[in-house]
Amino acid sequence: MIASTLTTNLSILVLAGFVGYAVISKVPNTLHTPLMSGTNAIHGIVLLGGMLVLGLSGDGTLNKILLVIAVAFGTINVVGGFLVTDRMLEMFKGRKPRRDAEGDPK
Amino acid sequence: MILGSFLQSENFVYVLYIVAFGLFIYGLSGLTGPGTAVRGNRIAAVGMAIAILATCLKHGMGHWALIVVGIAIGTAVGVPAARQVKMTAMPQMVALFNGVGGGAVFLIAWVEFRESHGFDGVATYITIFSLFAAIVGSVSFWGSNIAFGKLQEILPGRPITLGRAQQFVNLLLLLGALACGVAIAAGSHQEILMIGLLVFAAVLGNLMVLPIGGADMPVVISLLNAFTGLSAAATGIALNNPALIVAGMIVGASGTILTNLMATAMNRSIPAIVAGGFGGVVTTGGGADDDGVERTVKSTSAADAAIQMTYANRVVVVPGYGMAVAQAQHAVREMTKLLEEKGIEVAFAIHPVAGRMPGHMNVLLAEADVPYEQLKEMEDANAEFGRTDVSLVIGANDVTNPDARTKADSPIYGMPILNVDESGSVIVLKRSMNSGFAGIDNPLFYNDKTSMLFGDAKASVGEIVEELKAL
Repeated sequence: MIASTLTTNLSILVLAGFVGYAVISKVPNTLHTPLMSGTNAIHGIVLLGGMLVLGLSGDGTLNKILLVIAVAFGTINVVGGFLVTDRMLEMFKGRKPRRDAEGDPK
Repeated sequence: MILGSFLQSENFVYVLYIVAFGLFIYGLSGLTGPGTAVRGNRIAAVGMAIAILATCLKHGMGHWALIVVGIAIGTAVGVPAARQVKMTAMPQMVALFNGVGGGAVFLIAWVEFRESHGFDGVATYITIFSLFAAIVGSVSFWGSNIAFGKLQEILPGRPITLGRAQQFVNLLLLLGALACGVAIAAGSHQEILMIGLLVFAAVLGNLMVLPIGGADMPVVISLLNAFTGLSAAATGIALNNPALIVAGMIVGASGTILTNLMATAMNRSIPAIVAGGFGGVVTTGGGADDDGVERTVKSTSAADAAIQMTYANRVVVVPGYGMAVAQAQHAVREMTKLLEEKGIEVAFAIHPVAGRMPGHMNVLLAEADVPYEQLKEMEDANAEFGRTDVSLVIGANDVTNPDARTKADSPIYGMPILNVDESGSVIVLKRSMNSGFAGIDNPLFYNDKTSMLFGDAKASVGEIVEELKAL
């Protein structure tokens, strides 16, 4: 039996939920803000949705305007999210080598 | 030619998507420690770049100019915002980034409706997932904007409620949105229904977040984050795109975990928070206790506080939102450095909901160069208050309120708190005796062990630093 697109996608959905749960549960409280802004950046992946709908069809002026806004929104979400997370995490990393001698050798 | 058609084949694009979400998961697993986190985040960003590239390769893509315009606008707005935002303003920045994600989701769903002439001839499940994405995306967009407005203090931070009618109105709005959705799924192609659905969801998003008091913000931000993630995953199913499904679902899971952690840390149920409250609670007591006994607070000076701390073996700093507001983190770091030079053991006790978003205090303290090892989570910190000589509470209130342990009718009863009252003495830095955000009286302030240092947190800590240098 060949699974339909829906069932395949639902399997991916459920498994991704469990993987997400397993990975995220291990993140310590201290890093919750970067986790949040990092995952924030990841849901900016809706950018792809905007690009796809715009690139593959996108007829009509209003549709085009709405989609360009959607792509812009998605880009803000992705670019801003990753940059801000990077800035935050750099601060957490900054002192690490100074503090413990057994830290990574770099 | 052959290479070109291979690069554009569905399978190749799909494989790139798999690589992308593999990198997301691998990257996020790096966030479990400060040493690997930077690399983890960058790996996830590479995954995102690959996903975007794969999308560009998709066969039949057009409207390149428009796509570039959209991305250019997004970059022009996002990059400077992310570069310039102050660490103290991080909660509102996260709310804003979260909101635009939700905005993109509902816009996509709306255009899909328009292009398919009301989901005409579209599989029912695709219609349902698109409509789900539209509702949740719209709630998330508007809710996040309100959260941003509150955190940025454009809107008043106190809860704005419709009183008793609130839950009923929210329910009606949800039913309204669902009714529009059901009508569309049942085959109606009227665009007014789609617009109605988005408007109902938009008003619902506004009304959901307006009643939330500042102290509940960490829960709400996490919840909105989960919403946007789930709506992105639904968009992924509607568009048959595995990268969207996996990425959206991981964020959904992450947001849900955080929401739960935050709610547990406040001993409040998520529905109760969303239904509003906390700040709406009537203030109990003024200067008098329940039995009518007049209580007094002891006030102290920066000089005395400095002396008190220099005689301590162990000092624990308990930061709260007040530290963020006053931007006092650098002054605090300077102070703890001086204390450490005097051979005093210093730690920071951080309540999970201190501040306005999960981990808010940690980010500020990391910015000020406080060593990661000095940041103690609640359980570890509580185990050591007994051997702490001085606890310095900086702009934190509810998370130190002993009523949460003892007073059954207190609105925060049952919330796990930092047991600062177990330490030898307590110094509380506070602007005035006005009750905090939640409007709940805090008996800690009247405790014999406690002395209050009134004033702006940054100024007060600055004075303590001067005194410590002079000693």
